[in-house]
Amino acid sequence: MENSEIRVHIDSDSDIVTARQKGREVAAQLGFTSTDLTLIATAISELARNILLYAHRGEIILSTVEDSARRGIRVVARDDGPGIPDVERALQVGFSTSRSFGLGLSGVRRLVDEFKIVSEVGHGTTVSLKKWK
Amino acid sequence: MQVPILKQRDYLIASIQAALTDADLLQLRDALVAQVGTFRSRGVIVDVTALDVMDSFAVRTLRDLAHMIRLRGAETVIVGIQPEVAFAIVQLGLILEGVSTALDLEEGLAFLDKKLKAGSRAS
Amino acid sequence: MQPLSEASVALLRELVAHLRQSRTQLREEWARRITEAQLLTAMSKDEIFAEATAVYDNYVDVLETGSVEALQAYARNLSERIIPRGVQTHEVVGIVLLLRDVLARSLFAKYQADFTKLNRVLDAYEPAANRIANTVAVSFVQERERVIRAQQEAIRELSTPVLPVRERLLILPVIGTVDPLRARQLTEQLLRGIRTNRARVVVMDITGVPAMDATVANHLVLTVEAARLLGATVIVTGLSPELAQTLVNIGVDLSKMNTVGDLQGGIEEAERLLGYKVSPLEESPQQP
Repeated sequence: MENSEIRVHIDSDSDIVTARQKGREVAAQLGFTSTDLTLIATAISELARNILLYAHRGEIILSTVEDSARRGIRVVARDDGPGIPDVERALQVGFSTSRSFGLGLSGVRRLVDEFKIVSEVGHGTTVSLKKWK
Repeated sequence: MQVPILKQRDYLIASIQAALTDADLLQLRDALVAQVGTFRSRGVIVDVTALDVMDSFAVRTLRDLAHMIRLRGAETVIVGIQPEVAFAIVQLGLILEGVSTALDLEEGLAFLDKKLKAGSRAS
Repeated sequence: MQPLSEASVALLRELVAHLRQSRTQLREEWARRITEAQLLTAMSKDEIFAEATAVYDNYVDVLETGSVEALQAYARNLSERIIPRGVQTHEVVGIVLLLRDVLARSLFAKYQADFTKLNRVLDAYEPAANRIANTVAVSFVQERERVIRAQQEAIRELSTPVLPVRERLLILPVIGTVDPLRARQLTEQLLRGIRTNRARVVVMDITGVPAMDATVANHLVLTVEAARLLGATVIVTGLSPELAQTLVNIGVDLSKMNTVGDLQGGIEEAERLLGYKVSPLEESPQQP
């Protein structure tokens, strides 16, 4: 059982497209429905965009996960940026027009099955999510 | 990558061919706004059939696009949103507010025709 | 699982060797016991023997290595094959327990002279054997649940048809309780239906829906918005007062949602939106 990772470096806005296309590929291989493929690609797009916006660089790590009988995809979005001061609040706020503090994370959470975020001011942010087939 | 913009009667039609980067999308927005002025177009159709993902940036930019074009006196219709993409957009909690949408190019044209005809009759 | 002591490891190796040596006769005994217990009646004797061989070997391998991955994979594969044949959970659990018993008895027979050693052998064997039984049973049950889910999915799809009535008009009668899974399936079918039929108006009748929790009600709102993105207007008909209250409670502005009392009214509204005019036939003056 392979558990290889695909890492996409996020540095410019074309990397956002790369990350979500790669994510779609990995998920397609796992046999996700077309609707789920789009949800996954959209989630990746948002996370990659957040990295670019707030940390300017980071990476998206894609891998497959397995648990007793089901398989799924794991997406980790990691950066060494400024970190989020109030994670709880960030999770409650939806999208705002100016995007000043709305990271849209609450929306991203709705697209996936498992969602975890670790962030500390000055120590970067790591968002990891899982979607099961 | 530039998106081709076609002129058809009073309308401008922009057909997005493939995944666009943020910069491409902004460029499209600016090009359409400029051309609406140049050609005095009354309607703009943006065909997003080829977009397999529309995230918050895309939604926001299209909303801004429609708003800016309305300020120039023209109507915008977004056509061709894929069912899976529509689902993802609403799940994400995004609202394409103040922007008209139609199923495809044909419906988009019919929509503009109807809306602009009604508008001119009223004036 | 607790790490085994060196002595236990050596012991396990010894009994695995014994089980491998006695493979043929133990397997036969097991197959015999399965038939006696009237298990796996859906399978032929040859099939039982073939599977018995594979399970036996896997079983002994796991005893030796302690690694359940291969066993899980095998159990999943086996389940995929036998579930369509109608094999039940109790049968699968039954045969694994029988194998455990057959092997245990064989160990009893071999070590009965030395009671202390027998105890040590059983101390090494029992946890491993129980873990195996557990793994196989759980894999089987999970595979069964997967199959049931797939069947339910198929039923749901059948029970929510999207009906093209006129050009540009779709009717979606929703009947029965809607759980979040069904709600999502409904939305996907509806959106695809809008695109396939090029519908501009959808009349979604929820008269037949007894109740909806806040999650599903919220989903209804999302569905209406998603349909709009495809250029279609959704008219919701048959909204009961209770349902209306649920929507209001979750913050839906009902004045923004297009609702009509009943299906007939909904269709009429739809036709109006589409620009159809349904006029009565004129009375012919020549009628007798």
